[in-house]
Amino acid sequence: MTSHMPVRTGEMAGETKTPAAVPPPYGLLSAALDASTEAVVVCTYTDHTILLVNAAARALAPGLEPGGTVLLTPLAELTRALTEDRETFTGEYDGKQVHGRRRKLDDEHYALYLRDCTEEFARAAALNAERARTAFLAEAGRRLSASLHQGRCLRTTVELAVSHLADAAVVVLPARRRQSEWMRLVAGGAITEGMLRENLLGEVPGLVEALGGFPPIPSRWLDPSQAPAWLLPEGFGPIGALLVTPLPGNAEPAGALILARSGTQAEFTQQDEILARIFAARAGGAISAAGLYREQVDTTAILQADLLPPELPQPDGVELIGSYQAATETLRIGGDFYDVFGPTTQSSDTVIALGDVCGKGPEAAVLTGKVRQTLRALRLVEASPAEMLNVLNQALLQSGRQHRFVTLVVGSICRIDHGRVRLTLASGGHPPPLVLRNDGTVEEVPTSGTLIGVVPQISVRPATVELASGELCLLYSDGLTEARGGGTGNEHYGEARLRDALGTCRGMSAAAGVERVRRLVSDWVKGGMRDDIAMLAVRAPSRTPLSLRGGGAPAGSPFAIDARRGERRQRPRL
Amino acid sequence: MTVFTTVFPGSLDDPGFGEHFLRLVGDGDEYGAVEAVTDLLDDRVPPQRIMIDLIGRTQGVVGELWADNEWSIAREHAATAISERALAAVAARTSVRPTRGRITVACVDGEWHALPVRILAEMLRLDGWRVDFLGASVPGPHLVTHVHQTGPDVVALSGTLPTRLPRAHAAIAACRAAGVPVIVGGRGFGPDERYAQKLGADAWAADADDAVARLTQNWPPAIGDPYETAFLGDEEYTYVVRERSALVCTAMRRLASAYPAVKADDRRRNDSTAEDMGHIVDFLAAALYVGDERIFADFVDWTGPVLAARGVPAPALEADLRLIRDQLHDYPKAVGLLDAGCARLPE
Repeated sequence: MTSHMPVRTGEMAGETKTPAAVPPPYGLLSAALDASTEAVVVCTYTDHTILLVNAAARALAPGLEPGGTVLLTPLAELTRALTEDRETFTGEYDGKQVHGRRRKLDDEHYALYLRDCTEEFARAAALNAERARTAFLAEAGRRLSASLHQGRCLRTTVELAVSHLADAAVVVLPARRRQSEWMRLVAGGAITEGMLRENLLGEVPGLVEALGGFPPIPSRWLDPSQAPAWLLPEGFGPIGALLVTPLPGNAEPAGALILARSGTQAEFTQQDEILARIFAARAGGAISAAGLYREQVDTTAILQADLLPPELPQPDGVELIGSYQAATETLRIGGDFYDVFGPTTQSSDTVIALGDVCGKGPEAAVLTGKVRQTLRALRLVEASPAEMLNVLNQALLQSGRQHRFVTLVVGSICRIDHGRVRLTLASGGHPPPLVLRNDGTVEEVPTSGTLIGVVPQISVRPATVELASGELCLLYSDGLTEARGGGTGNEHYGEARLRDALGTCRGMSAAAGVERVRRLVSDWVKGGMRDDIAMLAVRAPSRTPLSLRGGGAPAGSPFAIDARRGERRQRPRL
Repeated sequence: MTVFTTVFPGSLDDPGFGEHFLRLVGDGDEYGAVEAVTDLLDDRVPPQRIMIDLIGRTQGVVGELWADNEWSIAREHAATAISERALAAVAARTSVRPTRGRITVACVDGEWHALPVRILAEMLRLDGWRVDFLGASVPGPHLVTHVHQTGPDVVALSGTLPTRLPRAHAAIAACRAAGVPVIVGGRGFGPDERYAQKLGADAWAADADDAVARLTQNWPPAIGDPYETAFLGDEEYTYVVRERSALVCTAMRRLASAYPAVKADDRRRNDSTAEDMGHIVDFLAAALYVGDERIFADFVDWTGPVLAARGVPAPALEADLRLIRDQLHDYPKAVGLLDAGCARLPE
C-alpha cells in the first residue's frame, strides 16, 4: 500500500519550522515502551522483520523475538492480515484471544499494537449464549403455550429440542394400558410417532427413572452405547451423548424427553443440562395441560352427546330437517331442542317436538335432556300431543326445581292420500308453527296453550293442518324472531320478516328452505348471535313422477315449472 | 332422471354437457344430476374433473344467472342443493387412504357459500388428506376450539365476500397462534395473494386445484410470530364499524325526506334499502381494514349491474354512496374510496 508512495522522509524533517529536538536515546525509548501495558511490535515493511518487541508483547505472545519475522508466528490471523493488507485482525494465540492493529510509523516501518481480549470475548460469548437461551426459552414458551392439543404439544417439543438442544429428540409418555406413546424427530428428518410396549422402556438408560418421577440423571452417567437400536433410526449412527430429562406434569411426570447428540466428541455440558431441564419444565406443563384439556373435552363430549340435536329419522313420504345453532361459543348445546320419535310397533305416526327451556348454556341443556326423555316415554304410551303436554307439565312441577319452565310444540305426523301429510300440533306457550303453501302464502297454525312447568292446570288448544305435496311446516324457537340486527343493529328479526323469508322458500326442499332461513337470519344479525335458534321443518315431498308416466318426459318439480315463468323480481327500494 | 329421459351429449369436454347439467340442477332434478355424475364416474372420468369442471363450473353459471336476475334466489338455492347432492354422490363413490396429514376446511364466519369449499374438501381428500369439513359460516371461536381438539396440520379458510375479511383475519391469527398454518382462498380473498399476505395467512390459492398443489410444496411453512400481523385497520375503520347503524339510519332518514312521496312504513322497501346501505358501509370498512381501495372498487363494479338487473338504477346507487360519504367528512380515506366508487358508476 504505502510502499508505492514517493519517499518523503527527508522533506518532512526539512519542513519542520521548530528547531529539531535531540532524539531520545534508544534505551530510553525502549524503556518507555516496556513500561506501556499495550503490546507493541515494530517491524519493517520490506520483509516483516521484527525490530523491537516490548515487554507487554513478549508476555502476550512469547514467540515474537527481534530478528524473527511476523509472517512466521503461531498467530495465523496476523499473517493473513499482513498478506491481505488489512489494518486490524483478531485471532487466537496460545489459548488467548488477541486483537491487533497495525500503524505505519514511516515508509519503512510499521508497528503492531496487540491487546489480550480473551475476557472480553468470553463475556461476549457468554452474553450471546445467554441471549440465545433466552430467545430459545421465549420461543419455547410462546409455541408451547399456543396449542391445547397434546399431539401438537409433543410435536412442538421435539421440534424445539432438535432446533436448539440436540441432533435427535424423542418424547415418551407414561405408559397407559402397558403402552407408551412416543414421538421422535431427527435433525433434517420428518416427525415419526408410535406406541411402545411398557417392558421395553427399561432398555433406554435413565428412562424408567425419568418416567418414575426420580431426579434427572446427569448425562455423563448415561452410557450412550447402552441405548437400544430401536431408539433412533439407523441413519443416525452411534450416539455420542445421551440426556434423559423428565417432563414435569401435574404431580406426576407428563413424560420424558430423550436427547441425543451424534459424533464421538459429543457431550451435554452442565449448561446444556440446565437449559434442557428448564425447557422440559415448560414442555411438561404444556403437555400435561393439553392432557387435562383432552380429558375435559372427552368428558364433555360424552355428557353432551345425549343433549345434542338428534340425527333425524327419515320416514317414508315426509321430509324432516332440523337446524340448531347454540348461542354459546364453544359448547354446542343450549336451551333450545328438537326431537323426532319414529313409528313404533303400535303407531305408524312420527312424533316431533321443538321447544325452548328458560335459560341458556349447559344448565338449560340438562333440562332439555329430561324433557326429551319424558316425551320419548310418553310417545310410547300413544298419548296425543295435547296429552303429552299435560303429563310433561305434571312431571316438571313435581320435579321440585323452581322456575324451570319450558315452551314447546309437539306434533304427530301421518301420511294420508295423494302424498299429503297430516300434522296434529299442540303448543305449550310456544310461537305457533308456520305453514308455507304451494302458492307462496304463509299461514300460522292456529294452536295455542299455556307454558309448561308453571301452573298445575294448563290449557292446550291443538290444531290439525294438512300439507299438500311440496308444502312445508316450520317449527321454530323465538331466538329466530328475536334475533337482533338489521340496519340499526338492534331491531328484532320479527315474525313478518320470517314470513317473508319463508315465502321465498317456495318449491325448495326442506333442507334448502331451512338453510335459507338460517342464512337470512345470520345476515340480519351479522354473526352476533346471542340466543339459541332451533328450527324443525316438516315437508310433504314434491311428488316424483312414475318413470314411465307421460312417456318418460321430464316432469320436474312444481317449483321448476314456477321458476320457468321467468321470475324476475324487482328490488323494492326507497 | 330415468333411462328414457337422460340422454348424455357426449363427454365432459362437450359444452352441451354443461348445459345439460345446468338444466338438471335448475329443474331440481336430483336423480338426473346424480345419475349424470355417476355415469361420468363409470366412464372413468376423474372425480376431480367432475367436481371442478362440471359441478363447480355449473355453480359459477348459477351465480351469474342469479346476478343477472334470470334466476330467483329460491331457484339458486334449490340448484345449489342439487349440486351438493351430486357432489356427495361423487364423494361417496371415491375413497382414498389418507397419507398426507389432517386438514380442517371451513368457511369464514358469515360465509354461506359452502359448495366451492365442499369441492375443495373433496379434492383434498382425494389427494390423501384427512379432511375435517366444518361447513358454512364457522364462527372463529368454534374453529379455534376444533383446532385445539383435533390438532390439524393446516387450516383452509374460504370466503367469497371481502366484508368477512376482518373476521377471517381474527380466525387466521388465532389458528396461527395455536401453531397451525393457514391457507386461504375464495373470491373474498381477492384475485391474488395481496390480501392474504396482509392478513398474515401462510398461503393463498386461486382455486381448489391450486390449493391442492400449493399444499404439496414448501409445506408446512415456518410460523413466525403470529402477532406480527395481528392488527390491521386504523381509526377510520374503527369509526365506520362502530357507527355503522348511525351511518345507515341517517342515510335512510335523509333519503326518505328527499322522497316524501314514498310511504315510510313500507317495511320491505326500508329493509332492502337499509341492506344496500349496509353493504356499502361493510365494503367500505373492509377496504379500510385491509387498506386496499380495490375492494371497494370491485364492490361498486359488481353491485351496480346486480342492482340494475333488479330495477335499481345507477343514480340510486350513487345517491346511496353520497349519503354515506356526506357523513364522513373528517375521514379522508373513506371519502376517497366513496368518491372513487361514484366515479366508477356509468353516466
